[in-house]
Amino acid sequence: MSGADEQRTAPDGLPALLHEELRAADDGGARGADGERLSHGEGTSRPLRSLPPEPQPRGAKLYHRRPVDHNEAAQRFIDAPRHAQMHDERLWDLRQKRDRQMHGIAEWEELRELASSIKQHTLANLGDYLEQFETQAKANGIHVHWARDGAEHNRIVHSILADHGAKSLIKSKSMLTEEVGFRDYMAGVGIEVVETDLGERIQQLDDEAPSHIVVPAVHKLRTDVAQVFADTLGTDPANDDVHYLAEQQREKTRPLILDADAGMTGANFAVAETGTFVVCTNEGNADLSANVPPLHIASIGIEKLIPRIADLGVFIRLLSRSALGSPITQYTSHFRGPRVGGEMHVVLVDNGRSARLGEPDFWQSLKCIRCGACMNTCPVYRRSGGLSYGATYSGPIGLILDPTFNRKRYSSLPFASTLNGSCTNVCPVKINIHEQIFAWRKALAESHDIGVGKQALMKAAGTVLSHPRLYRAAITTAEGALKLLPDFMVTNPLNSWTARGRDMPDAPRETFHQWYERTNGGREDEA
Amino acid sequence: MRVALFVPCYVDAFEPEVGIATLNLLRRFGIDPEYPFDQTCCGQPMVNSGCHVEARATEELFVRNFAGFDHIVVPSGSCAHQVRCHMTAIEQTDEVRQVRERTYELVEFLHDVLKVDAFPWAEFPHKVSYHNNCNALRGIFHGSMSERREESYSKPLDLLRMVKGLELVEKARPDECCGFGGTFSVFEPAVSVKMGQDKVRDHAQAGADYVVSADSSCMLHQKGCAGKLGLPMKFRHIAKVLNGDAA
Repeated sequence: MSGADEQRTAPDGLPALLHEELRAADDGGARGADGERLSHGEGTSRPLRSLPPEPQPRGAKLYHRRPVDHNEAAQRFIDAPRHAQMHDERLWDLRQKRDRQMHGIAEWEELRELASSIKQHTLANLGDYLEQFETQAKANGIHVHWARDGAEHNRIVHSILADHGAKSLIKSKSMLTEEVGFRDYMAGVGIEVVETDLGERIQQLDDEAPSHIVVPAVHKLRTDVAQVFADTLGTDPANDDVHYLAEQQREKTRPLILDADAGMTGANFAVAETGTFVVCTNEGNADLSANVPPLHIASIGIEKLIPRIADLGVFIRLLSRSALGSPITQYTSHFRGPRVGGEMHVVLVDNGRSARLGEPDFWQSLKCIRCGACMNTCPVYRRSGGLSYGATYSGPIGLILDPTFNRKRYSSLPFASTLNGSCTNVCPVKINIHEQIFAWRKALAESHDIGVGKQALMKAAGTVLSHPRLYRAAITTAEGALKLLPDFMVTNPLNSWTARGRDMPDAPRETFHQWYERTNGGREDEA
Repeated sequence: MRVALFVPCYVDAFEPEVGIATLNLLRRFGIDPEYPFDQTCCGQPMVNSGCHVEARATEELFVRNFAGFDHIVVPSGSCAHQVRCHMTAIEQTDEVRQVRERTYELVEFLHDVLKVDAFPWAEFPHKVSYHNNCNALRGIFHGSMSERREESYSKPLDLLRMVKGLELVEKARPDECCGFGGTFSVFEPAVSVKMGQDKVRDHAQAGADYVVSADSSCMLHQKGCAGKLGLPMKFRHIAKVLNGDAA
């Protein structure tokens, strides 16, 4: 019997844990003095790692009025091989779990079609549904506010907090609040904001944006988290046991939650018919944020509306299956009104959404339910990390949302795609994501926002390729062919084709065209 | 039946034997395609970069070259996709629409139009990993896609299964993009190369001696990546395999 086989049984005769690191004789301190395995780290746990930690690659560098250099940030991510490999595998695993869920539901494609139709119908009648929502929510005792943009949203929330003398706010994860720079604003007015989603909390403590809309710290290894917690929470920097880290974070954050003056959530769905909203989480943190303090504020993008409570099931069936490959989130919480003695506010936020609704090529992006499936499947996202996009939204959905917020800065992002179309196929609401990426490229070229050099190159290529004689002259010599193709888009000083990891193709002595001329299409002797 | 042969610029310059194999393969089925002499390119490089205006003259030239044929056959899923789905920089006259509708990628033409049921001359006693070009797969539907819940099918594999001795091997990620992506390979070299390396490693782990595809462009990129990694696999266009060209 080999050593590997022997290890399959633990000393107590039970099947051993699968994970190699937990299989170590010393078990990382996860057992107490009595030899029993501890359910949490309980402060006794010890580091599991055997290699020195690889520093975490940071995101895109942002410069005023210069487009994000996704390639530069992606290269740094790829140059951190443990991060890069973990990231690709972790997200590919989510994609595979999603596929398994899909295969378990015979009507999967019909569900997608239905979800898409419901969203399309809602968006086509958005004004009516928003008013219905407002009326019903008010009838439920909810205060409803309207924010034209991010700044107005932040002012409204601040004034609600000020009215209540609130100085601390706990919140669950919300991409909308990322989009409007909420935490920065609150820091500026002296209100302490504490994120309650574990991943989001890690990112807040690290002063880094979420890299994924569902799993915000997915780009981090646990050694990174150990470092962040050591710096901010005073944990042992050498201990990267996940039980220990989770427990420490909980110990440090719970008191803040219990003492908070106000709570904030986003919403996954707002139901017009009932004036209620629904928040889906896996940690129950939205429920803590909403229910512990007496004041609950929900920030809701206007595209989150669905008409009826009966429509909700379609989306609930799709959301977590698409996002994480689980049938449903651990918590699907319906918020129907303030509890006795409490107060509930809803802020309905436009922030560019109604303008996008008027754009024939791009309105479809408003159907998005923020599941992140497009990111999990995107081969570019998986290999470059979410922070390489330098934007609130990353991955395929980010490529089509971000330019609506800052056209110049994010003009490069629609080019961070191979247009392979996998994103469109996984989208539970059937957004034609890759076609919109394609349409964005066209829109950006038309407004001359793709870079002067690139556009000049394309113009030159267009001239050569539309004149047979110029084309023949260019392509007939090996050097000319190499210049025109595949490098033809670039006469880039870096020669990116060969700069890293790729050999240049050999050009043969004779083109097809020359062969055809010489042999009369093979009809004459080849000699 | 008047059939035109469109030889993509990549094939023309780097893999002329793919054009020759396509021509000879069609002749085996009694079709003698014409080769319009002034052909250049489908316009994809410009359109892929968003530069539709800059692609206009190239698209016009394409239509001038290929108008009036019953079928236009091209050994590239990517170029066929461009013509059929994206050639919109020019006014959509009846002639333009006709050229676009009548453009077929070689596998489709053999599978759907000629409905070929045998390649008696073809023998390829090797382990083959088939690479799906993304435009061929998700753009013109060469086969079923792993993201969708749909009946499994594959036009290129249907054809390859008729080749004597050919053994298909399966990758861990059968329809993941290889990172070529046209201009992407140039402007996003970091991710492009990483995706290409991952792809060729996947081919290698599947035990492939040969990578076969309906697109030379993806294979040129992958070949470059495999070369740098020192992986011994060879790359071969499906036209050559089906035409029975010696390995």
